[in-house]
Amino acid sequence: MSSRERILGRVRRALADVPQDDTPYEDAIARGYLQEHDARSPEQAADLLAENLADYRAIVHRCTADDLAATIAGLLSARGARTVLVPPGLDLGWLAATGAEQLPDHADTTPHELDRIDSVVTGCAVAVAETGTIVLDGGPEQGRRRITLVPDHHICVVRVPDQVVSSIPQALSCLNPALPLTWISGPSATSDIELDRVEGVHGPRMFEVVLVTGMPDAGAVA
Amino acid sequence: MSGTFVGMPAFPKAAHDAVNNPTLRGNLRHATQTIRGKREKAVAELSDWTALREAGKQIKDHALRHLDRYLVQLEESVTAAGGTVHWASDADEANRIVAGLVKETGESEVLKVKSMATQEIGLNEALAAEGIAAYETDLAELIVQLGEDRPSHILVPAIHRNRGEIRDIFAREMSEWGRPAPEGLADTSAELAEAARLHLREKFLRAKVGVSGANFMVAETGTLVVVESEGNGRMCLTLPETLISVVGIEKVVPSWRDLEVFLQTLPRSSTAERMNPYTSTWTGTTDEDGPKTFHLVLLDNGRTDTLADEVGRQALRCIRCSACLNVCPVYERAGGHAYGSVYPGPIGAILSPQLRGTQSEIDASLPYASSLCGACYEVCPVAIDIPEVLVHLRERVVEGGPVTREGTKVVLRPAKGHAAERTAMRAARWALGRPGVLRTGQRLASRTRRLHPRTLPGPGKAWSGTRDLPALPDEPFRDWWQRVHGGEGDEK
Repeated sequence: MSSRERILGRVRRALADVPQDDTPYEDAIARGYLQEHDARSPEQAADLLAENLADYRAIVHRCTADDLAATIAGLLSARGARTVLVPPGLDLGWLAATGAEQLPDHADTTPHELDRIDSVVTGCAVAVAETGTIVLDGGPEQGRRRITLVPDHHICVVRVPDQVVSSIPQALSCLNPALPLTWISGPSATSDIELDRVEGVHGPRMFEVVLVTGMPDAGAVA
Repeated sequence: MSGTFVGMPAFPKAAHDAVNNPTLRGNLRHATQTIRGKREKAVAELSDWTALREAGKQIKDHALRHLDRYLVQLEESVTAAGGTVHWASDADEANRIVAGLVKETGESEVLKVKSMATQEIGLNEALAAEGIAAYETDLAELIVQLGEDRPSHILVPAIHRNRGEIRDIFAREMSEWGRPAPEGLADTSAELAEAARLHLREKFLRAKVGVSGANFMVAETGTLVVVESEGNGRMCLTLPETLISVVGIEKVVPSWRDLEVFLQTLPRSSTAERMNPYTSTWTGTTDEDGPKTFHLVLLDNGRTDTLADEVGRQALRCIRCSACLNVCPVYERAGGHAYGSVYPGPIGAILSPQLRGTQSEIDASLPYASSLCGACYEVCPVAIDIPEVLVHLRERVVEGGPVTREGTKVVLRPAKGHAAERTAMRAARWALGRPGVLRTGQRLASRTRRLHPRTLPGPGKAWSGTRDLPALPDEPFRDWWQRVHGGEGDEK
């Protein structure tokens, strides 16, 4: 007997006392919890997002579409970034004002090469106000998972209000599970030493979020 | 479940040693009290916490009650997404599968994401025996591994170590495993975290094989979820060419939507954050993004035996948040090592004896490692009634009875060491059923009260060593009633 059959057989015998129940799954669970914890206008959701991001030590900036290129250029130069990694579908207008060398994201770039790059600029799929979370789904403005991981400085652009939702349930309902997703809430952190929170262990030590208004809708959020 | 902590003394002995270690007690008290306060605040932010807890309980119960169906569905979804599913009945089989998969890649080292399942099966030791080095990449696991120590907490395994101890371990051991600690390393959290970053980064960048567990597996979509903070998880899940995930079969949830419950309750219950810094989800493999090969090893190792117990099966709802450890007065004083398992604290006290059986001395003692105060049940985000299961397991230890071991129904004999208690209870049952005998016994006890010893002899000695024996009245209650109210309520 294969282990598969052995385990499934044990499961069935273990459940012999459980009465047959054919309720469809949608009806089987009492989901009496809230879909969002307060009714919020898009502006209020964006404010809460900014507040919660900052609470977990992400650095939040706000600007209009017209100022985006200058804002990003300022962040890169403040950090002294000489090289910046660019996802394949990023609007190059966002980087029009920076003098940093722009390197495209290639599948065959080695992790060691990524480690030598100073910064990365991406968009996002959706942002969650109640938890201060940015979700990346590997879309053209975001690139592969590793480019937002290995470089030490990540600048993430969020279109406000289109890409902001209030809650986790709302975020999950507009994400595609077939895509690899990365949920980011503040920079890398650890609480392993005396439960004392320290930012920056293995992921980017600096996580900057630019909330930009007046952008054309990227269509990421339903 | 393999005997990870071979030769562990039973809980009372191990706890006694821990209670007399002031550094350990200080470290634990600081840590558990800190996180307790933070958790309360994080939970209070959600006005619908009770409903989320109830939904979490129902989702996990539903998944367990239809586990065969959801495991088959999960297998189909993972396979359709480009992954390969393996099934392992026990620790040895899981270790053999993983070692075989690593050897197929031609590599001799793997990077590990913190995972309870791989600790439970002793994967690192099994791989070492096959000439494969397994590097822990979670900071706390690294501290434990470098210190040749054992984890003592589910979430923060090095909670029993303070900064000074960690500095000494890093300075002494890092050079043995790779990049040495920087000269003059200070004992601040920031400097220690930085030393770990530098030490591990060279390993991340060259890694070809990653090994992980998972917090959740979604049957409907074949998606695996890993919740973490440091980014070591993301490194191991995305940089290597091959990813092997070893996951207990109880981690399956039916639908994608179910994550909306657990992604709210898990972070707030465990690290007391609104959301942990990083959550990764993946469904099979993705072209040119992340590992090219993905293996999922589904682990039984005592879980189906646990499922067969109608009272005890609720322990399989556990999402490993560790909230129960942080509120437990016994854990706070005894520390995690005393539990003799990778699962310490209240959840460990009900999980380990079920996964491993109650035959060993340590497993038979674990259901007693509790004051039954109920705080663990109050904080559990999936409402596991830990006190109920503890009492159920105590009964099993004392009385024996039918259980399932390795898929087969067997009848357990009562555990050794409980003979005196069992005899006393049987005698009590006999006497209480015979009023004449009881009356005679009570009168005899009252008349001889001046002769009673202060402490009990034989097996009762340990009990009376920390308690005063109850004083007997000079007249049994029933005689007193008869004397004072005689005739009003005649004795039957």
